[in-house]
Amino acid sequence: MRKIFERPKSLAEAAQHYCPGCTHGIVHRLVAEAVDELGLAGRTIGVSPVGCSVFAYNYFNLDFVQAAHGRAPAVATGLKRVLPDRVVFTYQGDGDLASIGAAEIVHAAARGEKITVVFVNNAIYGMTGGQMAPTTLVGQKTTTSPYGRQQEVAGYPIRVAEMLSTMEGAAYIARVAVISPQSVARARKAMLKAFTAQLEGKGFSLVEVLSTCPTNWGMTPVEALKWVETAMMPVFPLGVFRDWEVGEA
Amino acid sequence: MGEKMLMKGNEAIGEAAIKAGCRFFFGYPITPQNELPEYMSRRLPEVGGVFLQAESEVAAINMVYGASCAGGRVMTSSSSPGISLKQEGISYLAGSELPAVIVNIVRGGPGLGGIQPAQSDYFQATRGGGHGDYRTLVYAPSTIQEMVDLVMMAFDKADAYRNPVLVLGDGILGQMMEPVEFPDEPPPEPLAKPWATTGAEGRPPNIISSIILDPELLDKHNWHLMEKYEQIRKKETRWEIYDPYEAEIFLVAYGTMARVARAAIEAAHSRGIDCGLVRPITLWPFPERAFDELADRARAYLSVEMSTGQMVDDVKIAAAGRAPVYFYGRAGGVVPSPAEIVKKIELIFEEIKGGSKRA
Repeated sequence: MRKIFERPKSLAEAAQHYCPGCTHGIVHRLVAEAVDELGLAGRTIGVSPVGCSVFAYNYFNLDFVQAAHGRAPAVATGLKRVLPDRVVFTYQGDGDLASIGAAEIVHAAARGEKITVVFVNNAIYGMTGGQMAPTTLVGQKTTTSPYGRQQEVAGYPIRVAEMLSTMEGAAYIARVAVISPQSVARARKAMLKAFTAQLEGKGFSLVEVLSTCPTNWGMTPVEALKWVETAMMPVFPLGVFRDWEVGEA
Repeated sequence: MGEKMLMKGNEAIGEAAIKAGCRFFFGYPITPQNELPEYMSRRLPEVGGVFLQAESEVAAINMVYGASCAGGRVMTSSSSPGISLKQEGISYLAGSELPAVIVNIVRGGPGLGGIQPAQSDYFQATRGGGHGDYRTLVYAPSTIQEMVDLVMMAFDKADAYRNPVLVLGDGILGQMMEPVEFPDEPPPEPLAKPWATTGAEGRPPNIISSIILDPELLDKHNWHLMEKYEQIRKKETRWEIYDPYEAEIFLVAYGTMARVARAAIEAAHSRGIDCGLVRPITLWPFPERAFDELADRARAYLSVEMSTGQMVDDVKIAAAGRAPVYFYGRAGGVVPSPAEIVKKIELIFEEIKGGSKRA
């Protein structure tokens, strides 16, 4: 029988702790596929954040470091500066990357740090129980914005991909979604390209992935996928914001 | 030993680190330690190393964390307010059992404080500093030569115990120049680091993490760390007893203050009062054994500090009620003068009368 589908070698055979309908599992798979396809498993080091994906190291067959909240880009910088011929990536959520770790991500991009960042944006703090994130939409209800995020009080969501695309050190910045087979296929390409940017020494690369949190959004998995399209995408448009091969997009 | 040269303390620390095989430095500007990162920014590229100015002390210590995970010999330096910012990272280093050397050129606090020399980070340095049950080996050199020797040793101890090591100085030690000698021989081959995350080629993945959610396992991890600290306590405690006059009153002082204490001891001697000095070289572990050695003889201890009284707590613990413990200190960057200390010695002498003042 011909094998047409299998677990990527870099993805561990372990039950993941993510909630039903959460898209972390898909994003993990995309990372593992990119690492496998480029033949990098033996020389890749991942850095996990504080948040839902804190235990990401249990789900990859790769060397992994767990970083303090928001500091994954700094930890990745240390790893990469000691081991410039290895591949280093961080896997971070929106609270970790865009709130407490805002300084670290901006400066890693500005330095053109040759690391790859997988940024999972689900517009909420998942692990701690659904608090407002820097990417929470105006009007979105969370446990710390029970009346909906009010811009007079809590301002506006941060568009990370657009912001970092102004950095000369950034080689590749894209925003993708994982809500349909087509969008997953495009996300897969973006992930490959981001790792390729690092392999070729072009500079900093980041893929922002619009993700779901049915548990804390109070939706079914299917409703959550729809909400990404109808509510998140108008605020966080998909696209390639910077690409070293074509110049600033 | 090699040729003798005149070096500024902060630069001597940098050269000692390089001679010890340190090839990675991550720092952030703060007075009064800037000569050290500046020196490293010149020297590290010459030896194939990496100097990186981080966006903050927080980022710098986390770069240290990453570099240590990768198996690099790595160092950072700062001064008091910056060290406060690094404490989270130091706690993570200790929790994940990672080696690193951290230099604190202490200035007066709290808050932004001043930039003049102080010893007011003693509590922070010796009680862990960050959150959780942990300790760091803390060296407190008193001369530039000793700074060189201890910095070089710090890297080996950090590797051996897989634990961060602190070196405490102050603006005086950082800025003053003294002759120093570096060893001629190359540094010993650093220990193999099979635990490092270097890519899992040909072996199962290495994971470096400090999260342990199961309370039973975290308890176990904490006691494992404590066993390691007990080994450090047994093997790494260092001190010097300076006792030219077979004294009954002992000053206790470290770093810059120990230099002033020696001058005070000579001044007191010329006034007919004989004192000695207990000089802790490791602040943690604190040299309690020095006080056991002196227990039969010492009739009083005087802790002299550039703070409002921090090490004095450890002196009391070490004296264990066997002799009264006094304190004299100035804070905020004021260095107590030998004359001030002698005045205090004379008061103590009056209080414990029956002592052996010479005619």
